[in-house]
Amino acid sequence: MAVTTAAAPAGAIARSRYGSMSRDRTWALRWSYFFLVLFAILFLLPPVYMLITSLKTSQEISAATSPWWVYHPTLENYSGLLSSPEYLMFFRNSALVSVFVVVLTMLISVPAAFALSRMRFWGSATLATGVFLTYLIPETLLFLPLFKMFATFKEWTDIELINRWWVLLILYPTLTVPFCTWIMIGYFASIPKELDEAALIDGATWMQTLTKIFIPVALPGLIAATIFAFTVSWAQFLYPLAFTTSVDQLVLPVGIITSLVKADVYNWGQIMTGALLGAAPPLIIYAFLMDYYIAGLTAGATKG
Amino acid sequence: MAEVKLHKIVKKYDEVEAVRGIDLEIADHEFVVLVGPSGCGKSTTLRMIAGLEDITGGEIMIGGDVVNDVPPKDRDIAMVFQNYALYPHMTVEQNMSFGLRLKRYPKAEIRKRVDEAARILDIKELLARKPKQLSGGQRQRVAMGRAIVRNPKVFLFDEPLSNLDAKLRVQMRTEIKKVHQQVRTTTVYVTHDQVEAMTLADRVVVMNNGIIEQVGTPHQLYHKPRTRFVAGFIGSPAMNFIPCSMEGSDGALKIRLTDELTLPVPSARAEQYRGHANNGKLLLGLRPEHITEAGANLEPGEVPFEAKLDVTEPMGMETLVYFPINGTQVCGRVNPNAGARDGAPLRLAADLNNMHLIDGATGQVI
Amino acid sequence: MVDAAIQGIEARVPARPRSSLRKAMQRKSTVAFLMALPLILLISLLVIYPAFYSLHLATLNKSMERFVGLSNFVFLFKRETFWMVVQQSCIFAITAVIFKALIGFIVAHFVHNIPAKGQRKWRGMLLVPWVIPPAMSCLAWLWLFDPSYSAFNWILALFGIGPIAWTGDVNWARFSVILINIWIGAPFFMIMYLAALKSVPEQLYEAAEIDGANWWQRMWYVTLPMMRNIIAITALFSLIVTFANFDIVRIITAGGPIDKTHVFATWSFWLGIQGGDIPLGACVSLFMVPILAVAATFILRDITRRGSEV
Repeated sequence: MAVTTAAAPAGAIARSRYGSMSRDRTWALRWSYFFLVLFAILFLLPPVYMLITSLKTSQEISAATSPWWVYHPTLENYSGLLSSPEYLMFFRNSALVSVFVVVLTMLISVPAAFALSRMRFWGSATLATGVFLTYLIPETLLFLPLFKMFATFKEWTDIELINRWWVLLILYPTLTVPFCTWIMIGYFASIPKELDEAALIDGATWMQTLTKIFIPVALPGLIAATIFAFTVSWAQFLYPLAFTTSVDQLVLPVGIITSLVKADVYNWGQIMTGALLGAAPPLIIYAFLMDYYIAGLTAGATKG
Repeated sequence: MAEVKLHKIVKKYDEVEAVRGIDLEIADHEFVVLVGPSGCGKSTTLRMIAGLEDITGGEIMIGGDVVNDVPPKDRDIAMVFQNYALYPHMTVEQNMSFGLRLKRYPKAEIRKRVDEAARILDIKELLARKPKQLSGGQRQRVAMGRAIVRNPKVFLFDEPLSNLDAKLRVQMRTEIKKVHQQVRTTTVYVTHDQVEAMTLADRVVVMNNGIIEQVGTPHQLYHKPRTRFVAGFIGSPAMNFIPCSMEGSDGALKIRLTDELTLPVPSARAEQYRGHANNGKLLLGLRPEHITEAGANLEPGEVPFEAKLDVTEPMGMETLVYFPINGTQVCGRVNPNAGARDGAPLRLAADLNNMHLIDGATGQVI
Repeated sequence: MVDAAIQGIEARVPARPRSSLRKAMQRKSTVAFLMALPLILLISLLVIYPAFYSLHLATLNKSMERFVGLSNFVFLFKRETFWMVVQQSCIFAITAVIFKALIGFIVAHFVHNIPAKGQRKWRGMLLVPWVIPPAMSCLAWLWLFDPSYSAFNWILALFGIGPIAWTGDVNWARFSVILINIWIGAPFFMIMYLAALKSVPEQLYEAAEIDGANWWQRMWYVTLPMMRNIIAITALFSLIVTFANFDIVRIITAGGPIDKTHVFATWSFWLGIQGGDIPLGACVSLFMVPILAVAATFILRDITRRGSEV
């Protein structure tokens, strides 16, 4: 066809000038993967190193061999820690505190979020914003006045609040409740109003509407909030460091740092094992419930 | 020169062939509409012309250059999207001038082009507003303005009116036609609405299942469809297809619809069908506008018959009547005063000068 | 007529008088208030009250018996350490947030570029630094920075580069703290930015491509403006939290060497708990407030503006 032959020379010029689009795309993809691998290595380096060290004996750690490889792997660090009553107590304290705090947080947040998102009462709008704002007040501002407040409380009532692990049950919710309320408000608000009205017509009280309709429908939000509350509680460092001092009252983060780091002798094999085991619960939850975890994060800009 | 040529275009997604071999030549200044049902490959073809999809096989040429590997930004085309795709953080004026600013056109030239496009589209007062302050029709006009200022070789429209309500659609259709008369750029327009195709196009390309069924002017497609698909797709309400057989005896051909009903083929058409006499698997294609109430005087070719109406739909300027023939529901258009009533019989006339015979096996119009 | 009037009056008086308490309980707003009460109590008692109490505390003397007005503040202003802490806190926070945002943005783009099926597992891997409790990962970093056995120094030695005193040398210590902060925080930015990237309609990119934009211009004219809000909010939030960070400095350097890595949080802990001078510690931590307040105002403004575009 005359058309084709006339186009051929022009076509040849065009082709060499622009290159192939799909080839550009493949290269873009290859670069993306390259950088992703790079960043993944950088991001995962410390945890992997924790694992490597945890499998080493003390001798191997102080030997001059490569720190990045285990030549004589051993589980003695793990067995040592898992049979150490002290470490297990830290773990128990952490677990108890975290679980209780999660329950407490949900008991406070969920009804509050329901009230703030669904019912109009005097000051509800300011309260919602206020909840959000308190989230911005850092614990590093509050720990000293709280310390003094608890000390004063003891003077008045003779109830010892300092150096008791259950004191943390009072303190941690201040960190978890505002954000969990915020998450739940978001989820509750996204439930269409028609559902409330249908329930009302069916004769439900507000409490029944909450328990039988809202909670099941907003379950993903509940899970996300629970995960958030647990993770924050488990990772807390400042409050326990300030408020608990005796060994038997410590939670995991503080326990590992103050107890395993004895004087100048750092048993790094044990420390890394302890740290890894201590990081395990949040990591395991994350591995199984990653989507809920991330949903909780993106439900509203959070601490970062 | 801005003609567009598609040569044996194939598009495959994994194993699925969305476009199965398209050949098309669009002349400079022509307004061509690709029309067809969902999934027929018209949007995919348009996006391949735009460069937003890779071409699996074949070549596309714009203005004489093969553009298969040329990225969209270098093809000198402009596109109007179904969802407008206006930049929400820019004003109307910034939206329209974006392409020119990227290419560093002088400010005076940009100003001139934007003003000219705004004048053509009647959006001068909107230049300082943001997209969220505009109505759907206004946004569509801004999207067209963005295309016009670029002065490209080809305009591509991807179902631009689908998001508008019916009344606005009719209005915008006329606007688009007027713009084309003024600006005269080669245009490829995709829609699923055959009314838009018929009213806007110089030529219509009917697509189905990844291939072109027929290319022609609206007039050609309406009066001389080549396949059953095209015949049934063009025209609203759609053409009636009634299973029938043809009988021929001593020079006169007859269409047998039922045991009782036969219609004589007009002599003007008889020559065309002579080779298919005694064929038992045929479809009679007759448009509703060619089935009307039987008047006092019948033209040659108009054949009267009795029908018992099922349902009537008074439309104001006409009444649509529905009745069964041979198990098929047939639609006719009668005068509102013809006395059509649900369930009552009515004497109708079929204008067989405008009949089509379709081979039941191949779907081709004879 | 009279009968009708009496009947009308009777109809208006309720047949059975209800206790006003019961009515109050059934009113929607009361129930709502009760449901929100624990929240209100918690926040007022343990957040708002202490915040104001710290103001009062800062005006007392060390044994908290006498009111000394602003002398604590004056004392701090005269201490060189105080100004170092201010400087360090600001530099740490601003540097860390800038890099976190940058890295988060870049990595989010790479994750967004690969086909959707694979994104989940890459996202999963890249978020790990954020998931690990900071106290634990700081221990790992402490070990990586160990003066004698640093694994990083071991690698550097392979290239002939001398050992670096990651926590011993003042400038390296500051670098290390910022580095760890970035390591922990960048994944968070990545997740937020990834979500924002996904919310930009694909068609805008196609329109820009047809208008003639290359990838850099598409980023500048389409991606960044559409993401402006989320970028600002995430950065501001992070600024607040990074500014008030305690764990990293405490574990890695404990404020040293020579107090050159102290930030408000750690120095206030040092003075208040370890030094026993609570009012002074409270005074230090109060200095965080102005900066927090400014950042919070910007956040509030941006959040109320969010969603008004498009």
